[in-house]
Amino acid sequence: MSDIQELVKLSAAEMAGKIQSKEVSSRELVEAHLSVIEQAEPSIQAFLTVSGEEALAQADAFDERHAEGEAEDAPELAGVPIAIKDMIVTKGIQTTAASKILEGWVPPYDATVIEKLKAAGMPLLGKTNLDEFAQGSSTEHSAYQTTHNPWDTERVPGGSGGGSASAVAAFEAPLALGTDTGGSIRQPGALTGTVGVKPTYGGVSRFGAIAMASSLDQIGPVSRTVLDSALLQEVIGGHDRRDSTSIPMDVPALAAAAREGAKRDLKGMKVGLVKELSGEGFQPGVEARFNEAVSMLEEMGAEVVEVSCPHFPYSLGAYYIIMPSEVSSNLARYDGMRYGLRVMPPADVPQTAANMMAYTREAGFGDEVKRRIILGTYALSAGYYDAWYGSAQKVRTLIIDDFNKAFDQVDVLVSPTSPSTAFRFGEKTDDPMAMYMNDIATIPANLAGVPAMSIPSGLSDDGLPTGFQLIAPQKRDDVLYKPAAALEAALNDKWGGPMWQSMNTPWLDGLTK
Amino acid sequence: MAEKLMKYADAVKQFDPVFGLETHVELSTNTKLFCPAHIEFGGEPNSQLTPVSLGLPGSLPVINETAVDYAIKLGLALHCEIAEWSQFARKNYFYPDMPRDYQISQYDKPTNGNGYLDVELEDGTVFRVQIERAHIEDDAGKNTHVGGADGRIEGADHSLVDYNRAGVPLIEIVTKPIEGAGERAPEIAGAYMRAIRDIVRALNISHARMEQGNMRADVNVSLRPMGSKEFGTRSETKNVNSFRGIEKTMQYEIRRQAAILADGGEILQETRHWDEATQTTAGGRVKSDADDYRYFPDPDLVMLHITKDRIDRISKEMPEMPRERRNRLQQEWQFSDLEMRDVINADALDTIEATVSAGASASGAKKWWLGELSREANAKGVSLEELDITPEDVAEVEKLIADGKLNDKLAKQTVAGVLAGEGHPADVVKAHGYQVVSDDGALVAAVDEAFAANPDVVEKLKSGNMKPMGAIIGAVMRATKGQADAKAVTKIVMEKLH
Repeated sequence: MSDIQELVKLSAAEMAGKIQSKEVSSRELVEAHLSVIEQAEPSIQAFLTVSGEEALAQADAFDERHAEGEAEDAPELAGVPIAIKDMIVTKGIQTTAASKILEGWVPPYDATVIEKLKAAGMPLLGKTNLDEFAQGSSTEHSAYQTTHNPWDTERVPGGSGGGSASAVAAFEAPLALGTDTGGSIRQPGALTGTVGVKPTYGGVSRFGAIAMASSLDQIGPVSRTVLDSALLQEVIGGHDRRDSTSIPMDVPALAAAAREGAKRDLKGMKVGLVKELSGEGFQPGVEARFNEAVSMLEEMGAEVVEVSCPHFPYSLGAYYIIMPSEVSSNLARYDGMRYGLRVMPPADVPQTAANMMAYTREAGFGDEVKRRIILGTYALSAGYYDAWYGSAQKVRTLIIDDFNKAFDQVDVLVSPTSPSTAFRFGEKTDDPMAMYMNDIATIPANLAGVPAMSIPSGLSDDGLPTGFQLIAPQKRDDVLYKPAAALEAALNDKWGGPMWQSMNTPWLDGLTK
Repeated sequence: MAEKLMKYADAVKQFDPVFGLETHVELSTNTKLFCPAHIEFGGEPNSQLTPVSLGLPGSLPVINETAVDYAIKLGLALHCEIAEWSQFARKNYFYPDMPRDYQISQYDKPTNGNGYLDVELEDGTVFRVQIERAHIEDDAGKNTHVGGADGRIEGADHSLVDYNRAGVPLIEIVTKPIEGAGERAPEIAGAYMRAIRDIVRALNISHARMEQGNMRADVNVSLRPMGSKEFGTRSETKNVNSFRGIEKTMQYEIRRQAAILADGGEILQETRHWDEATQTTAGGRVKSDADDYRYFPDPDLVMLHITKDRIDRISKEMPEMPRERRNRLQQEWQFSDLEMRDVINADALDTIEATVSAGASASGAKKWWLGELSREANAKGVSLEELDITPEDVAEVEKLIADGKLNDKLAKQTVAGVLAGEGHPADVVKAHGYQVVSDDGALVAAVDEAFAANPDVVEKLKSGNMKPMGAIIGAVMRATKGQADAKAVTKIVMEKLH
């Protein structure tokens, strides 16, 4: 078939169509992406581990099934390869959470989402980079490497899921999985011009997702189109008995909603502009693209009103109590006893288990992780619990109330995803508060457990992508996909095709078959 | 270093003990509390593991509903209020045997709260112990210290960790402070533990073997001056794992604390350990404000919802409780209090009940199980259930006696044969040809022979002096190799005399 460049620039749904029609095999898709990975990695560094051999074996297994007509019940994306954030455990493939403390750890089991991908015949290309234990907004806190934004390799791809977002943006993978605790799928989506979805809490099993903050974490899709995310979420979603917080319900019809949206008819839909999630602190170019997108929704028939969520300004504060509290407990198990790094104390220090744990954790965790463990340990301490953790939980309830009231008035809420476009390396690493502000618009959805999505909304005046966020009521992920797909289609019209056409991709040069 | 102790009698004259027990009961579910890892006592170290019980990254706990059913059963037996919504919390602390470095336990929302247990003492007095809570939690693994003396951590050069026990479900039963026990405090503590053991066995929710660690208790003791309302400072003796140990711990702590207080000293709030070898408690870790477990609700587990329907269903399945059962059986069997106490002390209630069910009389069953068979079990150091004889066997022997087919002597030989593995009573009787001779012809001949051989005895009998009767019966027995029915022999002798 056509050259590799053409092939990898297809959407996942288009790749799937070519597999269905037997124009291309799963193996050819895997090989094409492996060659892009080889060319792109020196400048992008999205992957911590490339599992090429495993991917090819999975592709061959699928191709065989497909050839024998046994893959007819497989999901639409069957045979299309995918990259996995290294926060999700993969049997037999090293999983590190981008931390030194897990260096060399090879899980003996697969996460539920990985089992589902394998059952669907979707080959795993490798494990993508992230901020250590998903803690950060730039992927600069990875213990291993810095991932570069394909739009400008001097800039960050966002975080924590910068690896998955960059891999998809740079055509190293058509799809990826991320985890989103405060915006780790959506904010990198905004900064790399990709689509990222945080499903309803409990909509996708967390079994096998390394825990950062259990009450906030969700696994979700990363893709270049809205339909691709819908198709992927249908593969990974659904009830799982191994996750107590998993919702016992079927995945809503997401791809159907996306396809309906592509007709660009939003009559009867009410869209709410969240007053508290714009204005001060938002880059003018980001605001401009956001306002244009809102106008497009109106042009397609949606009714747009402004709604107020008065407690949203407190969400960042509540998040930075709840998240570190859970982090402090979730990361306790990395103690050198059972797996991962073990550092013995120096000879002049008593060789006790307690000292071994202390030296291991001192050496194995980076500064940002330590900062959050210390914050969380403090917040949960006797005498402080009510004032910190207790108050934060009350704020959380108020934010849920805000959402409930807003969704009494409108079907879907919208805001810019991130206050700014991609920033330069080092620009915010010395100022944790500035870094934390990146997630101001994405955090409320995690606190309330509602589904949210970021889609590219154009390029800012600095030539970098901007993100547009949609938020729907709990368990109504389908409500996100229709307006998102409509807006995507309208934007493609306006910009003459997908945003990535404006991106320089030197790593693709010369990739022909 | 021997600690100063006051005589027990003096200690309880001067001070009023207040105590509390935290009893850990290991549930006998097939799988662990939060994952499907199989549970088996004595398995190869680290062979009963899943990613969850090893706390691997990404693993998540899911509650074992059977363990919840067991907790509800225990809650009902202890007359607890069963919470419609209860919650698991994380108790955070670093320890090598804790795979996640936090224990999942119930904190401010336990499944069972506010119950009581009526404990019957040896003399029949009933003492009510108030139960604060009975909550569900998971157990830790087990450390083995190698290279030091007695397996202690001091002096060991390395330790091994076995995570098989990690995640095994436990229920911790916490009493309210027990007041007013006075000098009987140790006795009440022991009786309470036995009552808990009997209940969990009756409910079939735990193997309840203290020697295997299925049950263990933390014993809290404090003293206050007579008449004082305020509690004194307490010590907590951890993981006492025998009934005697609990009683001895109570006695020791009362004597130790009394000596300190009488000298004007202060009790240290600390955890201590019972040392079976020296029969003393030893000081351990001083409790301080530094112990901060940073409890918070476990976000991996949704709240536990227990519906009224579920409680009703379990209520209907509840077996009779041990105390009620004892009272009922005593009435049915018409045993005196003393006889019943002997039965309980011999741990023979179950076997006697089974023997009676198999057709024996209560007194007959008791005679065997408390006599021959108890002696045999003691000699072998096993329980009555572990002997090679079943209640059905005993009932069969009793029936053979009642039918006149065995006399006492033959019955004992038959039982000995069963214990020796020769089969059921019928097999033993057959193999040895045990048979009571009741054939009149043979017996009359034997009596005639005995009369002829003992004319002086016959004279005495004829004159109404019945004392030498035994000599005639003995002679007949010898002649028939012990197989004569003594009653039949007596009858023939009497007939011949008149």
